[in-house]
Amino acid sequence: MSAELGHFALILAMLIAAVQATLPLIGAQRNMPTWIAIANPTAYVQFFLTTLAFGCLIHVYLISDFSVVNVVQNSHTDKPILYKIAGSWGNHEGSLLLWVFILALYGAAVAAFGRNLPPAFKARVLSVQAMIALGFYTFMLLTSNPFERVFPAPLNGQDLNPLLQDPGLAIHPPMLYLGYVGFSIAFSFAIAALIEGRVDAAWARWVRPWTLAAWIFLTGGITLGSWWAYYELGWGGWWFWDPVENASFMPWLAGTALLHSAVVVEKRDTLKGWTVLLAIIAFSMSLLGTFLVRSGVLTSVHAFATDPSRGVFILALLVTVIGGSLALFAWRGPQLKSTGLFQPISREGALLLNNLIMTTALAAVLLGTLYPLFIDVIGGAKISVGAPFFNAVFLPLMVPMIVAMAIGPFMNWKRGDILPALGRLRFTFLFALVAGAAAWSVETDGPFMGVIGIALAAWLGAGVIAEISERIHLFRAPLPESMRRLGRIPRSTWGMSFAHFGLALAIAGMAGAGGWKVESIQTMKPGETVNVGGYEYTFEGAQEGQGPNYTILFGKFTVRKDGEVFTVLEAEKRNYPVTRMPTTEAAIHTTLMGDLYAVIGDAEGDEGAYVTRIYYNPLVVWMWIGCIVMMFGGTLSMTDRRHRVGVPHKRQHSSASSDPVSSTS
Amino acid sequence: MRLFICLFMWTLLSALPANAVNPNEILADPGLEARARDISKGLRCLVCQNQSIDDSDASLAKDLRVLVRERITAGDSNDQVVNYVVSRYGDFVLLKPPFNLATLVLWLGPLLLILGGLTAAILFFRKNKKITAPASAPLTEAEKMRVAELMAEDNQ
Amino acid sequence: MNKRLFFIAPLLVFLVLAGYFAIGLTKDPRKLQNMLTGQPVPEFTLVGLQGRDDTGFKSADLIGDVTLVNVFGSWCVACRVEHPFLMTLKQKNLVPIHAIDWREEDKSAGPLWLKKHGDPYTLAGDDPKSKAAISFGVTGAPETFLVDKKGIVRFKHIGPINQQLWQTTLMPLIALLRKESSS
Repeated sequence: MSAELGHFALILAMLIAAVQATLPLIGAQRNMPTWIAIANPTAYVQFFLTTLAFGCLIHVYLISDFSVVNVVQNSHTDKPILYKIAGSWGNHEGSLLLWVFILALYGAAVAAFGRNLPPAFKARVLSVQAMIALGFYTFMLLTSNPFERVFPAPLNGQDLNPLLQDPGLAIHPPMLYLGYVGFSIAFSFAIAALIEGRVDAAWARWVRPWTLAAWIFLTGGITLGSWWAYYELGWGGWWFWDPVENASFMPWLAGTALLHSAVVVEKRDTLKGWTVLLAIIAFSMSLLGTFLVRSGVLTSVHAFATDPSRGVFILALLVTVIGGSLALFAWRGPQLKSTGLFQPISREGALLLNNLIMTTALAAVLLGTLYPLFIDVIGGAKISVGAPFFNAVFLPLMVPMIVAMAIGPFMNWKRGDILPALGRLRFTFLFALVAGAAAWSVETDGPFMGVIGIALAAWLGAGVIAEISERIHLFRAPLPESMRRLGRIPRSTWGMSFAHFGLALAIAGMAGAGGWKVESIQTMKPGETVNVGGYEYTFEGAQEGQGPNYTILFGKFTVRKDGEVFTVLEAEKRNYPVTRMPTTEAAIHTTLMGDLYAVIGDAEGDEGAYVTRIYYNPLVVWMWIGCIVMMFGGTLSMTDRRHRVGVPHKRQHSSASSDPVSSTS
Repeated sequence: MRLFICLFMWTLLSALPANAVNPNEILADPGLEARARDISKGLRCLVCQNQSIDDSDASLAKDLRVLVRERITAGDSNDQVVNYVVSRYGDFVLLKPPFNLATLVLWLGPLLLILGGLTAAILFFRKNKKITAPASAPLTEAEKMRVAELMAEDNQ
Repeated sequence: MNKRLFFIAPLLVFLVLAGYFAIGLTKDPRKLQNMLTGQPVPEFTLVGLQGRDDTGFKSADLIGDVTLVNVFGSWCVACRVEHPFLMTLKQKNLVPIHAIDWREEDKSAGPLWLKKHGDPYTLAGDDPKSKAAISFGVTGAPETFLVDKKGIVRFKHIGPINQQLWQTTLMPLIALLRKESSS
């Protein structure tokens, strides 16, 4: 029953989306309030229906209804409940349903919290949202129905890929999609602005919290994916530059650029066309990430070989959404008039530099990801573009950006001065030098990039603190005065400081983990000891055990430092009988200076000896903390008074929403 | 079967849990072993997606790792080893594509992009400057007319 | 002028991209270029399979006749799909097929598989460590190479060969190569 109900709800949702995509838009064009008023209720109903459909899919998974193909292919009765639920989105069809569910969620959120938006503008935004949704509903119902039945129903399912049976990866897709799909709001705002031919400070202020929300989730999603790779793949790697990761990184780069350029639109009433373009690009990258990589145009054709209609449909959808919006941009974009001016050396100039580097980095990643396909299409010899290329291109781009990131916030708006700003950073510069030198003296044989990374992290981190001290006149004014100033710093400024500081932490972690990893691979008999990174690991032997739907091999290590027991590590190797696939669960002991990381491999000989891999991964935890601090910064900025969604403006500037400031000229 | 697992993985995730280098593969001479690791990191596991043979536990990757070590032990230089593998599998096996006519756009693209971006930014500020000047001080009637003339010229 | 270009450029870039994607959809990204076509077969010497009469399989065996070299393994599902067609070729005695038995974990696995399903091969060598497979540039099984009388690789196919491929490509090519002189 659930399957049919879900299927029916999807069809209804599609019909509602068709109404939402057309009537409010026409109403807004012809100024018909009753038609405009349709936008809100349809957004709510659509959300209700997709929630129902999504609930139905989770239900058929929970009851293990093996008459549904999707459940058969991705579930099994023995699977723990968490992974039964996660299984519902761990596949092509289910992930699409999750996608439209989140799209409808954002749409309903705009309907509910966008009370300060002019009604016609809001109607246009919701219509654009519904157009995207319509494309997805059609795609699902025609080519990828998650509720398809099978007859006769098999007794049990084929189980979910064991790699996906992991708490980190279970919540990774919803996080990532909350990010991807969140950019749809910025996109719809951009399209609505193009239709109206108007972008102003109010527009920038509306678009910012939604973009921030998407950015926070995407940051979280990418971090989770990276964290998962770190503990699951068994050797402490956390970033591989493979197409799947690049697909999530590209919208992040575009979204980060958008956040910064929107500030210039808000403050200086310029860079409008550029900002609108970034909003379109950010969502286009999300679509590209959802489709091209997941469905495999880049990597393996076999998804299309079984069903070519999917590939053609995806391409048609991309051409309609991206091509359509860029055509609208080409047509209406020139009407966006910018009035504000600023000097190259200014806060706006620094934000523009961020945009320049971010978009170049984005284009470089896109180029590297798609290049093998280009070569293939023009008939050249197959090539691969892997991590060495991306590192060679991406890292040099990041160095000037991080240098500039510490200086930018010291600049005045509109017209800045570089020398005083540098003067205020003299202690920061010294600190960075000392940090770099210290890193070099501790780890003399590491790559020089690691030293540079530590110095840059110190530069940026200390720069952020210097900027706050400057802002509150620390040591220049009496302490109570400084404290009062500290209390008056707006949340959006705190947000920036935290986000930048988080990046500094993350860079330190990346430099440490990338530069100075210690590795030791050997066969160990019980009782044998190896020394890795200053710790002595004694192998205590391996034992078998039983998990809910897998068997486990535990390998136990006692770790000593200076002769005293420091910790005990228990590494697992799991074997899933249904899919006959093993997974490794590394044992990790985290310290501030580095992770102790142990993995148990295959048995060797009869004496209880096993292959063991032991690593010391320096500063890794800084990376995760840094990402969390970045997300916290984003959240602070989002809850700033000026952006707070849903709270009607009480200040006099609220007139901006009905009477845009100098938008046309 | 492993190939099929890999193909299946391609659609979901890229990487397999990597029980890559095994103790019995490791060369006794740490210098040679370090060279072998270095070479392995640049060679693509052919049946996986964008993973190096150093990170992959696919059986073909293992055999390639062994081959790399045999060649190094036999006295080949790093380039000779890489060239041999390329002669068998083509440039596809290199994770860092070589710089040649086919990859010209790939390698120079990012540089051109940043130069293009800088040019666009300079043009943007040039245009700004032209408009900035008259806005800085109140204008007399005569000046205003002159400005109008200049603007008209600019628009042509 | 500049300004117009800025607004139109993104659309143009995207349309070029979309064009590439459209063509990309028709391509098989797994298909690798064959480095060996036109080259002599690489040097290799493999020991024979247990229980077969032959003394092994080496590169010199490929000189003098047009032959197929087939890479298979008992672990390989697609090889099982291909196998009946190889048996047909053998029964009709259309072309000698030699085998590289690739990556058997157990020495007896390959011979057992051939005993069970039939043995279409003239010569067969055991290649547990991919020695020959790598020198042939093999990425997966089954793969088949067509070698001419001089021992030069003329054609390579990845994946199972079947009646269709035989009719359209292999048979005409073999007929052509047989007319060439062997010196």
